[in-house]
Amino acid sequence: MLADYALLLAGTVLVNNFVLVQFLGLCPFMGVSNKLETAMGMSAATTFVLTLASVCSYLTYTWLLVPLDLTYLRTISFILVIAVVVQFTEMVVRKSSPLLHRVLGVYLPLITTNCAVLGVALLNINQAHNFTQSLLYGFGAAVGFSLVLVLFAAMRERLTVADVPEPFQGAAIGMITAGLASLAFMGFAGLV
Amino acid sequence: MDIKDTLFRPVFRDNPIALQILGICSALAVTSSMQVSLVMAVALTLVTAFSSFFISAIRHYIPSSIRIIVQMTVIASLVIVVDQILKAYAYDTSKQLSVFVGLIITNCIVMGRAEAFAMKNPPVPSFLDGFGNGLGYSFILMAVAFVRELLGSGKLFGLEVLPLVTEGGWYAPNGLLLLPPSAFFLIGLLIWAIRSLQKDQSKSLSSA
Repeated sequence: MLADYALLLAGTVLVNNFVLVQFLGLCPFMGVSNKLETAMGMSAATTFVLTLASVCSYLTYTWLLVPLDLTYLRTISFILVIAVVVQFTEMVVRKSSPLLHRVLGVYLPLITTNCAVLGVALLNINQAHNFTQSLLYGFGAAVGFSLVLVLFAAMRERLTVADVPEPFQGAAIGMITAGLASLAFMGFAGLV
Repeated sequence: MDIKDTLFRPVFRDNPIALQILGICSALAVTSSMQVSLVMAVALTLVTAFSSFFISAIRHYIPSSIRIIVQMTVIASLVIVVDQILKAYAYDTSKQLSVFVGLIITNCIVMGRAEAFAMKNPPVPSFLDGFGNGLGYSFILMAVAFVRELLGSGKLFGLEVLPLVTEGGWYAPNGLLLLPPSAFFLIGLLIWAIRSLQKDQSKSLSSA
């Protein structure tokens, strides 16, 4: 039982990495990976929200939508749940730790439109995860996202000093780099 | 601003994926076969066009403090409609697209057009603008899917074009093109190609 959970976690972080293998959460991935510092802030905020949103959307689905036979409304209810979680996180962080709020504040609203968050919620339902699995899946997805984001930000910091041909600058070379990273992550494929 | 300009500008001059780097998640994920890409492209184009239309139609009644949530609700409702239609009439394709139809909600192109264009313009130009941006997205999607399916499995729309070695033909398929990394490479190269053709745009947007 415990081994299953460990495998689910490792599989989500490395083998089925959300960014590089499942292509979720690419917008913030390309958007905030210019600086290592911002990437870390974004990772921390996303990890917290993703885990919480994964659990909350699971609970909403199981205890609200299924009993009322409204499962076709799941996308719209999940997006509202995510918006609420993000708003709630922002309020808690602002009241409890002004320092943390200064670091994470600007990233929190962006998370609502991070497709990894909605993706996790929907995939939990698709793969019929239970409560613990949803929790681990959300957490694993978030760790995988953070890992790749921080690694990628470190690479992009080096890229800014490299002599890249002009039309390749910015997004184009970013995509090629991401492709190489994705290729590297395929090495994990036999792990689980 | 005339109709043709509104409709075709986003396809080449101002492509949402290649020049603004919006909505790339689904563009990468669904492009391993052309049929799936086509369904996704049509779905996104319709959602973008109609959400722009409806949001623009009610733009004078939306209080600006809650406009994001109103836009999301409009978009989400349209996505649910598309999702239900796909499940009813194209069940296999909808299974292959898995969560990506639902993820149209968080596609930055849809929200971006609603926020940037539909809130300021009348319904008909907004509809055309949404439709044009959908076409721009579709164009990239089909281009990437074309290369991936043709070279990855020797087929186009599931029909054999290059006869495979395994089936007595001459073409040895390049399996890498069906795997995730190739999508990154192809989009990277496509962005490079479009920016090389339009030098004036690459400078201002390269920092984005």
